[in-house]
Amino acid sequence: MEVSVTVNGTARSADVELRTLLVHYLRDVLGLTGTNVGCDTSSCGACTVLVDGRSAKSCTLLAVQVDGADVTTIEGLAGPDGLHPMQQAFHECHALQCGYCTPGMVMAAVSLVDEYDDLDAAGVRVGLEGNLCRCTGYQNIVAAVLAVGE
Amino acid sequence: MIPAAVDYVRADSAEAAIAALAEAGDEAKLLAGGQSLVPLMRLRLATPSVLVDIGRLDGLAGISVDGDTVGIGALTTHSALEHSADLAAACPLLAHVAAQVGDPAVRHRGTLGGSLAHADPASDLPAAVLALGGTLVATGPGGSREIAATDFFTGFLESVLGPDELLTEVRVPVSTGGWCYQKFNRRAQDWAIVGVVVAEGGAGVALVNMGSTPMRAAGVEAAVAAGASAGDAASAAADGTEPPTDNNADGDYRAHLARVLTERALVAAGA
Repeated sequence: MEVSVTVNGTARSADVELRTLLVHYLRDVLGLTGTNVGCDTSSCGACTVLVDGRSAKSCTLLAVQVDGADVTTIEGLAGPDGLHPMQQAFHECHALQCGYCTPGMVMAAVSLVDEYDDLDAAGVRVGLEGNLCRCTGYQNIVAAVLAVGE
Repeated sequence: MIPAAVDYVRADSAEAAIAALAEAGDEAKLLAGGQSLVPLMRLRLATPSVLVDIGRLDGLAGISVDGDTVGIGALTTHSALEHSADLAAACPLLAHVAAQVGDPAVRHRGTLGGSLAHADPASDLPAAVLALGGTLVATGPGGSREIAATDFFTGFLESVLGPDELLTEVRVPVSTGGWCYQKFNRRAQDWAIVGVVVAEGGAGVALVNMGSTPMRAAGVEAAVAAGASAGDAASAAADGTEPPTDNNADGDYRAHLARVLTERALVAAGA
């Protein structure tokens, strides 16, 4: 089936199998490999993207479900003036080590600060419960999100 | 894993969805947010022949308060429940429980009707609708029918919904009496090992993950109605249940959790 999605502001279209997951559509069809596949069970959040501005796990959506939607991946965050504020905060707070979870973590964080007002450290931890990081211990991730959210 | 090959029908109306279900037969599945179904398809625990996508039926999403009843479209997302000012005023318990489901990304896509139709005893929202004494509206080829939540769940991941029926609305009474949801788990984002929902100061009590279906704790409700203390009423929480044994907990431990969590919830709800 033909699936048309606006990805990072650009209209994209491809004929894919109906069972194609959004994450595979992004990675394998469009070549946007910034979105990672992690757990295969909808638990780890490495594949998090924005669908119509809100975080979603692209391994738990069929591409056909987002036909016609706006999708933003990690490749679409930075603008002509440089990194997105959340990317900059991750950089400045050293909120990553191996980096595998980072694209999904950043996308979830962007959605989180947009969705919830008055985030504190506890709120950030709960809000990012769907994104697992095995390196950092989360402390610097929380600091980065708070730096943007406050 | 990648789901097995499947056909796909995008419904543009509830009637079209019902017609597509009737045509496809028993192996069709409705696809709403997909947050339960797609993981099962990835594990190939679910291998439907046809997906009937109802995700674009915007008319089935929304929250309205009419007198003493809150009507919620089946496609209303957990996130919409969580953030609704109307629901926070009319039924704060349901808004709170919705905010405990999964994580924000799941809540953006998952729907109330989907959670109920999936009928997972470990899910949060079915127990909340049970405790509130809710009513489900199902629509099929012959029209609509109302189903009391207490009559809806029949077994593990099974309900009274027919293969050609679609949940269209969930109705709960306006409920601002004392309430509490106690969700016990070891890891963030997990399903409850056991959960207890108390509504209306103890008039409605329901259990998560204490058997093959979400269930009311009738013994607790009766004890509260008879004026028992929270502790005495909670001692009946596991009566008549058959809690599962798995990697997280054995059945006896779950029974213990149900009693402890019920007492905490009753106290918090002012019972």
